[in-house]
Amino acid sequence: MAKVHQFDVIVVGAGGAGLMAGLYASRGAKTAVISKLYPTRSHTGAAQGGISAALGNYEEDKPEWHTYDTVKGSDYLGDQDAIEFMCNEAIEAVLELEHMGLPFDRTPQGKISQRPFGGHTNNETGKPVRRAAHAADRTGHMILQTLYQQCLKNKVNFFDEYQVLDFLIVNGRAAGVVAIELATGELHTFHAKAVIFATGGHGRIFEVTSNAYVYTGDGAAILLRHGLPLEDMEFFQFHPTGIYKLGILITEGVRGEGGVLINGKGERFMPKYAPTVKDLASRDVVSRAIYTEIRAGNGVDGKNYVWLDARPETINKFAALDGRLNPDGTPYTITGEQVLQKLPDIIDFCRVYLGVDPITQMMPIQPTAHYTMGGIPTNKFGEVVIDDRNTVFPGLYAAGECACVSVHGANRLGTNSLLDLVVFGKHAGLKAAEYAKNADWQNLPGDADAGARSALDALRNGSGKENAFDITVEMKKVMFEDVGIYRNEKGMRAAIEKVRELKERFKHVRVADTGRIFNTELLNAWELGNMLEIAEVVAECALNRQESRGGHSREDFPERDDENWLKHTLAWHTGGKTRVEYKPVTITKYQPKKRVY
Amino acid sequence: MKVTIKIFRYNPEQDKKFHYETYVVENAHETDRVLDLLEHVKGYNDGTLSFRRSCAHGVCGSDAMRINGHNMLACKTLVRDIGDQITVEPIMGLKVVKDLIVDMEPFFDNYKKVLPWFISDAPTPADGRERLQSPEQRARFDESTKCILCAACTTSCPSFWASDDYLGPAAFVAAHRFVFDSRDQAASERLEIVAETNGLARCHTAFNCTMACPREIQITQAIGELKMATVTGRVE
Ligand SMILES: Cc1cc2nc3c(=O)[nH]c(=O)nc-3n(C[C@H](O)[C@H](O)[C@H](O)COP(=O)(O)OP(=O)(O)OC[C@H]3O[C@@H](n4cnc5c(N)ncnc54)[C@H](O)[C@@H]3O)c2cc1C
Ligand code: SF4
Ligand code: FES
Repeated sequence: MAKVHQFDVIVVGAGGAGLMAGLYASRGAKTAVISKLYPTRSHTGAAQGGISAALGNYEEDKPEWHTYDTVKGSDYLGDQDAIEFMCNEAIEAVLELEHMGLPFDRTPQGKISQRPFGGHTNNETGKPVRRAAHAADRTGHMILQTLYQQCLKNKVNFFDEYQVLDFLIVNGRAAGVVAIELATGELHTFHAKAVIFATGGHGRIFEVTSNAYVYTGDGAAILLRHGLPLEDMEFFQFHPTGIYKLGILITEGVRGEGGVLINGKGERFMPKYAPTVKDLASRDVVSRAIYTEIRAGNGVDGKNYVWLDARPETINKFAALDGRLNPDGTPYTITGEQVLQKLPDIIDFCRVYLGVDPITQMMPIQPTAHYTMGGIPTNKFGEVVIDDRNTVFPGLYAAGECACVSVHGANRLGTNSLLDLVVFGKHAGLKAAEYAKNADWQNLPGDADAGARSALDALRNGSGKENAFDITVEMKKVMFEDVGIYRNEKGMRAAIEKVRELKERFKHVRVADTGRIFNTELLNAWELGNMLEIAEVVAECALNRQESRGGHSREDFPERDDENWLKHTLAWHTGGKTRVEYKPVTITKYQPKKRVY
Repeated sequence: MKVTIKIFRYNPEQDKKFHYETYVVENAHETDRVLDLLEHVKGYNDGTLSFRRSCAHGVCGSDAMRINGHNMLACKTLVRDIGDQITVEPIMGLKVVKDLIVDMEPFFDNYKKVLPWFISDAPTPADGRERLQSPEQRARFDESTKCILCAACTTSCPSFWASDDYLGPAAFVAAHRFVFDSRDQAASERLEIVAETNGLARCHTAFNCTMACPREIQITQAIGELKMATVTGRVE
């Protein structure tokens, strides 16, 4: 019999979203945060560039501009009420982080410093605006540290290195979760009135990715298995500049400082695709341009990568050609020393992983799977909704990258994710605590952990004919190639077939490790099961959507089609079959128009 | 290329004592991370091999281990840097739980002892805006904000091997982060904590920590600044 714990609110995940939720929920209810990693290992710590808010610390800025930019960036698939809500809350959210002690960089006047980022503009001039509040190129790290420290200060309960395997539903309400304690292999049942999922994304279904090993879509997969839908799963962001083969992210900031993309023939190619903003077009546009070059045989040495050139002489040459100026009207130039100063971690990554010094050499890059736009459908209070009428599932909440509010729609703007975590993490925490105050306890059945137990048993009892590692490699490859940046019907059908075959083969996996203590093989296999389910749903939703929008680019349907496709996808996956329905997009102020950069 | 990797193995449910196991990875590349090799061995040679990892690019602090005798992150150490004969062992001074996984609790307990959270009773500005801090004040503690709590420093320190109630360099770095933040008001409390018997006095400036830090934090210098502050009571 599993150990049983009782908390009003359980938060699953201790990244930015989970910690914020935990902090706020614990003020009004008995709360615990469960995480498969030590909280400070969460992927929020990898975020580099910044968190957006119209603070206007250098120049005029307004939440309305931030709202419009986000709507446009989303290719009009984001829900405008939620976007407006987030952008209005942004200022207070970032100031709250500062009040918690977050060491933001400072302006000469001592205010929070801000930098420009792709897609964030002054709506009157169309020029980039400095909206991203930053702490060097490790803003996410500072957010994660600060929130964890605040949780320690406020004595939030943590269950570190406990992996949640199942969600408990009693009488149609949330009733808790089941988790395995990694250090002992013991199952624990967490009886709760409210459960908040904040488990992050699923970028690990793709071969080349900036995402951590643990990004296996656990929360989304668990809910899918319980018959709940996922929203907009076809939308995944491919960031243009990942380190070749490794996928490690090179921030947009490099191009912000003047870096340019160069193909195998030595040509700067972005002006062909985005004549006005060139290398600083939005992420989906740049990633497609790189792939188009590669397909035309213009990759370096015929391979699938191009160069990112941030050598000062290159930056200065193109800045002069483009007529780029400093704020005071003088021509824009940069020195090697300044590049080093502005992008210390990036330079370090290149030196360590490529043996390349970006000051004197070009960086080999290719697009990398980066951000999960789709996920667990919620409203703007973090409440999980389960149909096209936005019916709330009592006691269940989600926030952060695993959730789909939807504020990012078909394409997320850089720096809007960290904002999303803080704003919706907070509201999910508040709502959950409020709900728990009034809700009754649901009685748990005696065998609450039966589902988790049988899932693990299945992995121990396969025939052993198949190797989990092989299945992982094959899944990632087919998803990256056929459900990646460019998609077409033939490729996606083949990918769906392949993933189904892999799911069959997965049944024959047998975990060799029979131990209890840190059985990482068992848990990795369980995660692979999640990824296979998610991969299938992603591919099926993508095949269904017969248009191109934001991160979803169909070669056979190259245009956006608002008449038929201005709607969210909802996908259920039960009994091995995916069912797809749609729900309307909330449009308040901004009617869709053509998106040009 | 062919790489030989010798790995410390210990399964508490089966073994009385640790041993080493040697594996050959045939199609390794110069640019492979030690972490890639470990994943390969786990995937194809022995699924029971256990280690922690997450980000795979040196920013989450999960996979500090002893690689050819030095504390490093497996994901930030390439075959190119260390050659084709590799030995991997757990970091020292913390109890081995299984293979390369150690019990991190004493490490985090030490971290928590220095009150690693922002403390200030001063009211936030009346207009609701940020507290002001000059770029120079901010730069004062920049180094120590980089810490990812990987434990490479603390577990390279002879004083910590001698006893794990020694606060250790990572906890000092955390203290430094707040003591020298112009907005924080609990410097004296923290300085008192790091000046206790299990604190700064047991640092013999061995420099191991600074050598081990994958974030290249100047730890010895930070410790020196703390020592100075405990003496002078000043934290400029
Ligand atoms: C390299 C990189 C750079 C980025 N830069 C930026 C940027 O500059 N600005 C920006 O806005 N966004 C950026 N992003 C995106 C942003 O960082 C992420 O979207 C965000 O941090 C996700 O936060 P989260 O709280 O949802 O999840 P995470 O921080 O990943 O946390 C997930 C948590 O869930 C836990 N968990 C998962 N599964 C389970 C389970 N089964 N049981 C128990 N616990 C579980 C994990 O342990 C972890 O604690 C970047 C992303 C990457 C990869
Ligand atoms: S100071 Fe450096 S070595 Fe020590 S825990 Fe922090 S990052 Fe790791
Ligand atoms: S896996 Fe994150 S630091 Fe190595």
